[in-house]
Amino acid sequence: MQDAFFCRGSNETVLFVQDKEDGMEHGDEWDEWSHGKTLTKPPDQLELTEAELNETFTRILTATNPHAPQNIVRYSFKKRSYKPISAVDQMAVHFVLEGNLLYKDSDEARRQMAKQEVEEEDRPDSAASKTGKKEQKLTNQINFCERASQTLNNPPRERNCQTEPPPRCNFSAIANQWEIYDAYVEELQKQEKNKEKQKAIPSKKDDEDDDRGKKKMILMETQTQSDDLCKMAKATKILERMVNQNIYGDLAIDFKYYEDCSDEFREQEGTLLPLWKFQCDKAKKLTVTALCWNKKYQDLFAAGMGSYDFSKQGRGVLVFYTLKNSSFPEYIYPTNCGIMCLDIHEQVSYLVAVGFYDGCVAVYNLKEDGQQPVYQSTAKTGKHTDPVWQVRWQNDDMDGNHNFYSVSSDGRVVSWTLVKINHLFLVGTQEGKIHKCFKTYSSQYLETYDAHTLAVDAVKWNHFHPKVFISCSSDWTVKIWDHTINTPMFTFELYAAVGDVAWAPYSSTVFAAVTVNGKVHIFDLNVNKYEAICQQQVVAKKTKLTHIEFNLVHPLIIVGDDQGYITSFKLSPNLRKQPKMKKGEELPKGPEVEIAKMEKLLSLLREPEASAV
Amino acid sequence: MASEVEETLKRIEGQRGVVGTVVCNADGIPIRSSLDGVATAQYARLLRKLTVMAKSAVRDIDPQNDLTFLRLRSQKCEIMVGLENEFLVIVIQNLHQ
Repeated sequence: MQDAFFCRGSNETVLFVQDKEDGMEHGDEWDEWSHGKTLTKPPDQLELTEAELNETFTRILTATNPHAPQNIVRYSFKKRSYKPISAVDQMAVHFVLEGNLLYKDSDEARRQMAKQEVEEEDRPDSAASKTGKKEQKLTNQINFCERASQTLNNPPRERNCQTEPPPRCNFSAIANQWEIYDAYVEELQKQEKNKEKQKAIPSKKDDEDDDRGKKKMILMETQTQSDDLCKMAKATKILERMVNQNIYGDLAIDFKYYEDCSDEFREQEGTLLPLWKFQCDKAKKLTVTALCWNKKYQDLFAAGMGSYDFSKQGRGVLVFYTLKNSSFPEYIYPTNCGIMCLDIHEQVSYLVAVGFYDGCVAVYNLKEDGQQPVYQSTAKTGKHTDPVWQVRWQNDDMDGNHNFYSVSSDGRVVSWTLVKINHLFLVGTQEGKIHKCFKTYSSQYLETYDAHTLAVDAVKWNHFHPKVFISCSSDWTVKIWDHTINTPMFTFELYAAVGDVAWAPYSSTVFAAVTVNGKVHIFDLNVNKYEAICQQQVVAKKTKLTHIEFNLVHPLIIVGDDQGYITSFKLSPNLRKQPKMKKGEELPKGPEVEIAKMEKLLSLLREPEASAV
Repeated sequence: MASEVEETLKRIEGQRGVVGTVVCNADGIPIRSSLDGVATAQYARLLRKLTVMAKSAVRDIDPQNDLTFLRLRSQKCEIMVGLENEFLVIVIQNLHQ
């Protein structure tokens, strides 16, 4: 055995070989070696002193791996910075050899042993010796073998593409009651259209109707699209009335609610409260020749304009006003000739009969567009040759045709049928006489009354009492008659030519008269048989009042003058008195009461038989 | 027909106290006005909003009902709005005589 060691403490590297056993045998070789040994110094050897040569250097052997890095840093997500690792792995692997030893009790080993037993069945001796030695082995309950294999990882590649985002818009809606309702209605209409289409397929006739209907629909739609302002017609009309209501608001309130309290202190007299004044540019300088309230729409009235002056004959105009709009008429019909009289049909309230100064009569239909009358009489059809003073609608005849009468100073009473009743009528004349005639007996007068000394301006039947009529004349008087008696029952002297007289619709004993000096006189025979209960100057003295009419429903009268103005007045309570009944009894209403009232008055007069003044 | 409506609007503008009128179409754009551009745009815009809300309120209560007129009375004036066929007619009137 040879020991060999190195001593690195000296400059010289000398190999000492201690040959203990075979020292002599190899002595020759060693002697040669040792003799032949001469110190050969390399040229770059350090020159050191003895002390330096004897210096001992200590070397410490540690277990650290000199090749391991000393300052590994890892990124810490907690501290968000790089942090040095506390312990670096110092293990240096010098040699690795994968062994091929298997643990005997593992699955793989058993399998292999099983294979070997099959192979070694030919060699029984080895198998027997092995099986004999089977020991009780300690089994490991956690019997696992970790196996891993690395597959080829495909390098990941990122791929993306950007598309243009689809256009977006915000939509919001509120589900209201009416939104839902509209949706249902639309759905219903669609269904109905589908049903119609299905029905139209079998029959051809229906096709035509549908087409016509569709055409109409299309026409309607184009019309509605093209006309802009026309659609606003109704709304603007009502807006005009609203503006008027604002301006004349006080008048409207007075009309409805004001009652003159001072009537309590006046015994029998009453007053008239002036309300709206109606005027129209086209009617300036024209005289109001006719007034008529509409029976169906009680706020609508018609006024005919013309002139009573023979020399100043020119154009005329027919205007309709409503109380709701006093600044402009509802309907305007300009005419070539002055209008003398007009009447609105009771049932068919859009038909208006008009009599002209030149003797023509015309019928206007308010429902139709255009400013021409639907019918106008000509010389051929038998128009009058003198001014027509009164027209009156009659009830429809048996065939249902509308008909009216006209009276003119040419002495004729003409009945007009607008296609074609034993009725009694009265005619007042220029000479002051009143003739009573029957419709059937057209050639003769039934009776003549010597009514007035000058021309009779108006004759009116009492609304309630069938026998009573009233007449007024330019001879300054108003007379009330019973048509069975030749002489007047009452005569009233008004000190000025009386233009018109009218019975009140609410009482058989109340009537009003207008005179040329601008005064309105209202009489109530039940209250005062001799004097007017109201005498009021309503216009300037120079203005002549031409016509007066009572409104059928409201306590309102309209008065026309020769300047083209129509003024409306509200009647104070005293003028509209109902007869007082004893307490506890119901107020009897209706025409019978009125008739009885009048009858009572007349009976007082009939006994003396002399004319009552 | 259009001239009649035009005449009526002119008469309304001539009435006592009326400041002006504005007519808007279905989209809320004024098509005829007697006021200057700024005021017209303002009235049209604001009253359109108000009428839409008012109409919604009326129809919400009863879907078979519909708004016809809107009257807004303030201390100084009254604004009246008429609705017809999706059109608006606005009239502004001063109150104190």
